[in-house]
Amino acid sequence: MPLSVNTLFFASYRELVGASVLSVELVEGATVGDLVKELRSRGAPFDALPEEPAIAVNQTYAMMDEPLGQGDEIAFIPPVAGG
Amino acid sequence: MGDASVIHCSVGPDVIDPGAVLSRVGSDEDGAALLFVGVVRNHADGRPVSGMRYDAYLEMAQKELGEIAREAAEQLRTDRVAVEHRTGELDIGEVSVAIAVSSPHRAQSFDAARYVIEEIKKRLPVWKKEHYMDGSDRWVGGVVPPGTGTATGGVTKARTST
Repeated sequence: MPLSVNTLFFASYRELVGASVLSVELVEGATVGDLVKELRSRGAPFDALPEEPAIAVNQTYAMMDEPLGQGDEIAFIPPVAGG
Repeated sequence: MGDASVIHCSVGPDVIDPGAVLSRVGSDEDGAALLFVGVVRNHADGRPVSGMRYDAYLEMAQKELGEIAREAAEQLRTDRVAVEHRTGELDIGEVSVAIAVSSPHRAQSFDAARYVIEEIKKRLPVWKKEHYMDGSDRWVGGVVPPGTGTATGGVTKARTST
């Protein structure tokens, strides 16, 4: 059964991708890293995303090997610059 | 103490009133109250700046800011912490962040305010775009938050701007 996740893009990544929200289908058992690879394999503009961007899964920072679940909210987080 | 000591935390477009943030902390047990205010300045790397735009992953930023404030309160044993971070288009001199803390003695307040601003810069999912006087703009280089990337790959901390 395919795994469907919602990806979010912010700030410079949003401008780069040209969208703030994108639904992506992955195979069951896919990880954060698999999602990044899948998007980058689509070519421009996604291949301009870093190979290992910072990611948050359901609003918590996550490592590249974290497994994804159905309906997860996956945010691509550019280097942060608050304050 | 615990959660009760984090009086107030917010991320959003409302104008920040530093006095109001300060007035949220303090108690009869506190001999020290401290206010830190971050302000948009008119220059960056020698270039004149006309304003700044702040974007945030709002829901997560609110949650993360609450965690930062809670850590400051619990680990540094302050009595009360209140913090606000602004989003949207800001002019020169406008307040982007205000942090107020109070504690029985001054050391905890200084340590806690410093902790909150440094953690904001490391992990709060907020971004800023500088607008320059010549009409151009640029996303300000930031910091890769801890807890991301690969354990072996070494994405932990990176570029820092200020």
